[in-house]
Amino acid sequence: MDKERINVSRREFLIHSTALGAGFSLGLYLPFSGNAFAAGGVAPTVSSSVPEVNAWVVIEPDDTVVIRIARSEMGQGTLTGLAQLVAEELECDWAKVTTEYPTPGQNLDRDNIWGSFLTGGSRGIRGSQQYVRKGGAVARQMLIEAAAEKWKVPMAECHAVNSVITHRPSGRSTTYGKVAAAAATMFPPDQVELKDPKDWKLIGQPVKRLDTVDKLNGKQVYGADLKLEGMLNAAIKACPVFGGKLKSFDAAKVNNMPGVRKVVAVQDNAVAVVAETWWQAKTALDALPITWDNGPNATLSSASIEKMLEAGLTSKQNVFVGNQHGDVNKALQGAVKTVEATYGYPYQNHACMEPMNATARWTRDRCEVWCPTQNGTAALQAAVAAADLPISQCDVYKLLIGGGFGRRGFHDFVTQVVTIAKQLPGTPIKLLWTREEDMAHGYYHPITKCKLVGGLDASGNLTGLHVRISGQSILAAVNPKWLSNGADMITFQGLLPEGEHAISYTVPNLLVEHAMRNPPVPPGFWRGVNINQNAIYLECFIDELAHAAGKDALEFRRKLLADQPKSLAVLNAVAKKAGWGKPAAKGVYRGLSVCKTFDSYVAACAEVSVDAKGKLRIRRIVAATDPGYAVNPQQIEAQVEGSFVFGLSALLYDECTLKDGAVEQTNFHNYPSMLIAEMPKVEVIVMPSGGFWGGIGEPTIAVAAPAVLNAIFAATGKRIRQLPIKDTALRSA
Amino acid sequence: MAKLNINGKHIDIEVDGATPLLWVLREQLGLTGTKYSCGIGLCGACTVHIDGKAVRSCLVPVSTLSASKAIVTIEALSADNNHPIQQAWKTLDVPQCGYCQSGMIMAAAALLKTNAQPSDADIDANITNICRCGTFNRVRRGIHLAADINKRGRS
Repeated sequence: MDKERINVSRREFLIHSTALGAGFSLGLYLPFSGNAFAAGGVAPTVSSSVPEVNAWVVIEPDDTVVIRIARSEMGQGTLTGLAQLVAEELECDWAKVTTEYPTPGQNLDRDNIWGSFLTGGSRGIRGSQQYVRKGGAVARQMLIEAAAEKWKVPMAECHAVNSVITHRPSGRSTTYGKVAAAAATMFPPDQVELKDPKDWKLIGQPVKRLDTVDKLNGKQVYGADLKLEGMLNAAIKACPVFGGKLKSFDAAKVNNMPGVRKVVAVQDNAVAVVAETWWQAKTALDALPITWDNGPNATLSSASIEKMLEAGLTSKQNVFVGNQHGDVNKALQGAVKTVEATYGYPYQNHACMEPMNATARWTRDRCEVWCPTQNGTAALQAAVAAADLPISQCDVYKLLIGGGFGRRGFHDFVTQVVTIAKQLPGTPIKLLWTREEDMAHGYYHPITKCKLVGGLDASGNLTGLHVRISGQSILAAVNPKWLSNGADMITFQGLLPEGEHAISYTVPNLLVEHAMRNPPVPPGFWRGVNINQNAIYLECFIDELAHAAGKDALEFRRKLLADQPKSLAVLNAVAKKAGWGKPAAKGVYRGLSVCKTFDSYVAACAEVSVDAKGKLRIRRIVAATDPGYAVNPQQIEAQVEGSFVFGLSALLYDECTLKDGAVEQTNFHNYPSMLIAEMPKVEVIVMPSGGFWGGIGEPTIAVAAPAVLNAIFAATGKRIRQLPIKDTALRSA
Repeated sequence: MAKLNINGKHIDIEVDGATPLLWVLREQLGLTGTKYSCGIGLCGACTVHIDGKAVRSCLVPVSTLSASKAIVTIEALSADNNHPIQQAWKTLDVPQCGYCQSGMIMAAAALLKTNAQPSDADIDANITNICRCGTFNRVRRGIHLAADINKRGRS
């Protein structure tokens, strides 16, 4: 890739220069003090005593570089990766870099100068890489210009390295910190050139995360830890039945319990106890007599949902086509051999380690919310709606997130806390959910089933494939405006004709459909979203087809991937490293999977053993990722390993079942998560081929489960088609 | 009234004896490094040391404690992030979201106290903390590295 030439819009400059407080005619001083938070901590940023160079960069007189980060850090390393991107172009000293979060209110005031705050879909880096690099490049130019002006020399004779600006002919030098105030008064350049990737010095380096130290000694303040002056604590219970309402509660029974200040109804479906400490609030809430109106879903059960989905596998009602070419019926009729299988995937909860929480202070003229959120802008909107105040009188301060995985893109807890805080004007209220509340009120990874029929010709080639998904749409529940003529295209992840979730295989006759069936259970985006289900369906079924064709699972895939060199490359990489085709250790069996997801190409080869009693051991997974550009390879490795814990917990244990309209699972005893003893050895291959930007946080989840399931088949001859594995006997009696 | 010995200090506090140690630490004493996640002793995010042993503080009513039991929280594991586990964690960039890591670090530090060179099997048997980000392989490497740091320190 050549250098990218980026125009700096005058409009953008004029907007941000007019959005300023008084004090600097052109200097872009933003009064961050007391509003923004250093992204690594909770203390209000007081360091910005100097004007910003531009929206992305503040440089202190001591050369400290403060890089502004719009996306949310929840463990995925985006804070560090985005800072690397800015710092690369800024040419600053990485050792002096710190970060801070602008608030969504400030972003609004400045016409979205920081772009999207949404942190999901593995988009943190790939969705903002160009404008954050530009932000760094513009700031560098302004700093160099300030130095050149001071020295009265042409800018072209100066350059910057490691926060030091040097005038080449004279050898004079200065530092960013010394010229930052002057740089803030410069007009941004009309255009900047971004570096050729071959010249990157920081992008691609396995630098350490910027947010580690305070996570080692308890200093890191998460939302659940926040303490504000005069703050009270709230515990909440919403009607456990979806769609149910709060009928009544008897506050008199708990009003005199220790610390209790107030018992309040929250919206039409919940009740909260506000007390001096959270433990007091929770204790009183447990003792509070509550009557629920369970509403229309009181008889909803997993069995009734199963029936609904089962019918969708063959129905003609409410069916959408996601991908179609050729004539699949004809191909299947003409096939020498057809293979048919039905798979199923349950509801799952995110189960973030930090339970849902938010803190709010509401007065008649201002509402402020502190919370871990994956989307500051949406959190602000939720606060505004509940506060009944103009948006200009509300703001949200983001905290580092103790696990997001998609759950914290929803802001039910913000609506709740503002609703509570409104009933105690002026008093900051921290709302913290119990684990039980978190399990009962998720936005669940949606349930689907999938029937697949494939046809093989006499040579064992795949001639036709019919994929019928039946199940819940996320978008229909979250925002029907995002449907495409009624269809939820997210449901087709990994099976689409093109784009970030295109199907990897070239199949001559293909039909992919979705019978939309929406039970009254709130669905949501869950790390990986529908690619998790779909990759299991497709990758396990491809294995079934290979087996039926009497072909090696790798060779069978290779043939279907002939047109997809990047997918083929990651598949070949894992096969080679894992030793596919060579004998494994005694009792060890292998399985493969591959897909394109979130614009990255990923593949895995799993090794498992299943003992005589049916005990499964996942021993090793070799995983390859081609994300185009790899910003921080050691963090990619961490994300790949971590994604397997999420994906394999889902495979082994995670299932939310419904009974009498409510989720039956309540805590980690009946919704277990994988432990270290079950963790396989993971070998990560990062193989960036350049020229595109793919996601990292989610992609490899999708290949973990199918690779393991295919290895289990190799070990036992048993196809597991319903997740999770927990109740399935791997060795039949 | 509870009499406690926390991080080397004797503390008397007015609190309902049924209150779990976790909440006394977090709410009465402001030691929020010890985390709440499950409340039923399964996840380990609330792990502290009591007389050197890893204990899940969400299950310990303060009425069962006394000033003779030495409680150490993550805040006092070391003076300056220099416990071998903390050093190893920093070297390997172990934490992701970090929420479970206080408990993970306290569990790992307690293991090293009784077993200077734990094997992988020892780690499997003793580290039963939940981490949804999935830091396990780095946690394992971190414990081995910390054991090496300890060994080098002694020799």
